[in-house]
Amino acid sequence: MIIGFSWLGCGRDTEEAQELAMQMPDEWFELNGYLKIGDNGIVTIYSPNPEIGQNVKTSMPMLVAEELDVDWNNVIVEQAPLNTAIFTRQLAGGSQSIRQGWESLRMAGATARQMLLTAAAAQWEVPVSELSVEKGVISHSGSDRTMGYGEIAKAAVEVEVPEEVELKENSDFKIIGTSRKNVDAKQIVTGQPLYGLDIQRDGMLIAMIVQPPAFGMEFKNMDAEKAKGMPGIKDVFTIDTYPEDMEKEWSDTGAFSKLVVVVGDSTWQVMQAKKALKVEWDLNPEMVKQVEILEKSPALADSGGLENSDIHNNLMAEVGSKKSEMVRKDGDPEAAFKNAARVLERSYSCPYLAHNCMEPMNFFANVTGGKAELIGPIQTPEFAEKSIQKRLGIDLENIDIQMTRMGGGFGRRLYGHFVIEAAVISQKMGAPIKLVYTREDDMTNGVYRPAYYVTYRAALDGNNNLTAFHVNAGGMSESPLFANRFPAGTIDNYLAESWMVESNISIGAFRAPRSNFIAGAEQSFLDELAEEMGKDPIEFRLDLLKRAKNDPVGENNDYDAARFAGVLELVREKSGWNNGNSSQSRGVSAYYCHNSYVAQVLDLTVKNNEPIIDKVVCAVDCGIVVNPDAAINMVEGGTIDGIGHALYSQLTFEEGKTKQSNFDSYRLIRHSEAPKQIDVHFIDNGIDPTGLGEPPYPPVIGALANALYKATGKRIYKQPFISELQGEFKT
Amino acid sequence: MAEYNITVNGKNLTVDADPSTPLLWVIRDHLKLVGTKYGCGISQCGACTVHLNGNAVRSCQIPISSVTDNKVTTIEGLSENGDHPVQKAWLEHDVPQCGYCQAGQIMTASAFLKSNPNPSDKEIETAMNGNICRCGTYTRIKAAVKTASKSQIV
Repeated sequence: MIIGFSWLGCGRDTEEAQELAMQMPDEWFELNGYLKIGDNGIVTIYSPNPEIGQNVKTSMPMLVAEELDVDWNNVIVEQAPLNTAIFTRQLAGGSQSIRQGWESLRMAGATARQMLLTAAAAQWEVPVSELSVEKGVISHSGSDRTMGYGEIAKAAVEVEVPEEVELKENSDFKIIGTSRKNVDAKQIVTGQPLYGLDIQRDGMLIAMIVQPPAFGMEFKNMDAEKAKGMPGIKDVFTIDTYPEDMEKEWSDTGAFSKLVVVVGDSTWQVMQAKKALKVEWDLNPEMVKQVEILEKSPALADSGGLENSDIHNNLMAEVGSKKSEMVRKDGDPEAAFKNAARVLERSYSCPYLAHNCMEPMNFFANVTGGKAELIGPIQTPEFAEKSIQKRLGIDLENIDIQMTRMGGGFGRRLYGHFVIEAAVISQKMGAPIKLVYTREDDMTNGVYRPAYYVTYRAALDGNNNLTAFHVNAGGMSESPLFANRFPAGTIDNYLAESWMVESNISIGAFRAPRSNFIAGAEQSFLDELAEEMGKDPIEFRLDLLKRAKNDPVGENNDYDAARFAGVLELVREKSGWNNGNSSQSRGVSAYYCHNSYVAQVLDLTVKNNEPIIDKVVCAVDCGIVVNPDAAINMVEGGTIDGIGHALYSQLTFEEGKTKQSNFDSYRLIRHSEAPKQIDVHFIDNGIDPTGLGEPPYPPVIGALANALYKATGKRIYKQPFISELQGEFKT
Repeated sequence: MAEYNITVNGKNLTVDADPSTPLLWVIRDHLKLVGTKYGCGISQCGACTVHLNGNAVRSCQIPISSVTDNKVTTIEGLSENGDHPVQKAWLEHDVPQCGYCQAGQIMTASAFLKSNPNPSDKEIETAMNGNICRCGTYTRIKAAVKTASKSQIV
């Protein structure tokens, strides 16, 4: 039914094993929804969650294979379709796939193993307790009999599913904790079809959208005559993705609901027809009204709700931050600030960011005959299915959603408006279509990382003791505050405040939402505060964490002080922090998010007014590391991603339009700008695994800012750092 | 529309396309070879990199009308069994995260190593700078290029 998203024998450890995996069984036996076993012992494991590059398509099946006790070389991995009857939380987000799948995936493997053993025991007429398994081969301890899973799988299907099974002790793991190659790697390096954009289907048409040129505008009318007459063009029309009466899911966030659609035979033909369209746009009265609450900005009112970045920056600094609301208060911060000998106050900000997944938004839809077949890159298939049901009035049982490997997610593909768009277009055309965004459509029709702004204040008494801490954070149009995270719980007098400013610009989750800004700001401020107090920055943080561990302030501190201190101590050791060499300038930072702890030390030098990042040492506590080499890859990537966006990237607005629309104007980090070396060290504590896709990203921004200060003598408060730094380096 | 005879991965093919159609879309839409990726359409990201007579070029910038008798190689044609030294090095270092840009990275790297079999780190960075990896696999890409360069048979 679908194009080959599964592939055989990929990512095997040896050519021989690959050959073996290619030997397809005559018959498959499905023991549960997660796996099936072939009569020759080959095992297929379904990976439930969407793969966005975080490598769950390898690491989730590893958990099943571990408890099933099979040879990884005999495992074929297939991407599961959306199936809420079998799987829970088929979602890529919040760095939660492994953490939340930890038990269910191992249970699936252990349950099947138990059924296979029960069937073998019955056949041999021996107690199950006399059987053991190694790499899919069952042995009987009382005799020399052995039997492969393939020989007993048929009988095992008939065994009653056990209600309770025992899971392995960590010390018995054979697959978990060993490095296994990406199961899709071979197809990736040979260019096989894997991604949504790669889908081909007989009779499939290509659809593209034309959207309002600015946030705050909407469709008025169009002259499509010329475009309709162009070669290969089938139709031009408008769609309303989300009619007013539709009850939306949280994932139904998109920049524009009403869109012009061009449908034709091939991508290039549709691209040309888009250019030939004459569309008139108007100010969207509803959106203008929304912005009118910003009455303190006459400039914005004059622009009719078409926002620009100067106004955003002014609004955040002058309006938003003065209307904050208290979220947490410990002790008497007002009195402490009043009685302070010295107060350090600093404000930090960052711009909007576009996700810029390398694979632009797209989706395949075939909505014909009362059924919807949807294939493509989506982080939230379950929500997309519900929205399709509501939008098209098709029963859930007639909606089939298949997930392709995604050319990046980063949070962008949580927002499945493009799935709805594709379905609506296919329904209207009565034909299978592939909706394709151009890079420009993708970048200018975003669900962006918000622009944020935060002010920190610290009070010091006459003896240089930290007596009060105040954080006041907000943004367009979401606050990045985490009131109960470090350093909450470490200071007697603490105040956390939050605010937001409304905007027409659509925002959403971007890798490590909110943390991706607040971590860098906070860790820069703590660095400056440590310096002000004459303390070593690592020692300063460890002193605070000692307080949080031994005598915490307040009750809702949502981090583990000992684990937090653990990564700081590890990074201090591994980076040789106290050895004090160096022609390089170094900065340190540590942060907790997505249930994991990361500390980084970054070394850089400055040449020809450009920062050269020589080395980043990372210490990570994410509990048990399922697939070590892949985990290192993830930490390396998150580190580079954090550095790149903080240093180089920004999305700015003028009259409601993004000033950047492609990679000639939007700067992303490139090869020559990446760190020359990244060392990754994990804490080995045997704790159940926690998140890894996001945690390495936020803290490195603080380490970068602090190292840049060491190199230049200048503190940086505003992202992207390169704009602040250019021409101001000491060389 | 016009007919063009082109040579792709050693095969002589005829395509019917508008003369302005970029080679990228001919490869993807007409020939159904989807390993060559669309990333930006303006030669800024390198995802669409193919070889033209062995040189790395951005297929999004080459109209089909100008391909003429130049030999096109896509990622699918880089090696018979996916065993080009650069592909093998990519597997050895388990480079990909999302993987979308990697075909372009491999095509740039393989053409580069042909012209410079023993590059310095700096030369690798310069050669690869036109290929964006949004996931940040740059350190692994560099390591893989070095491994491939040592295999001496590029």
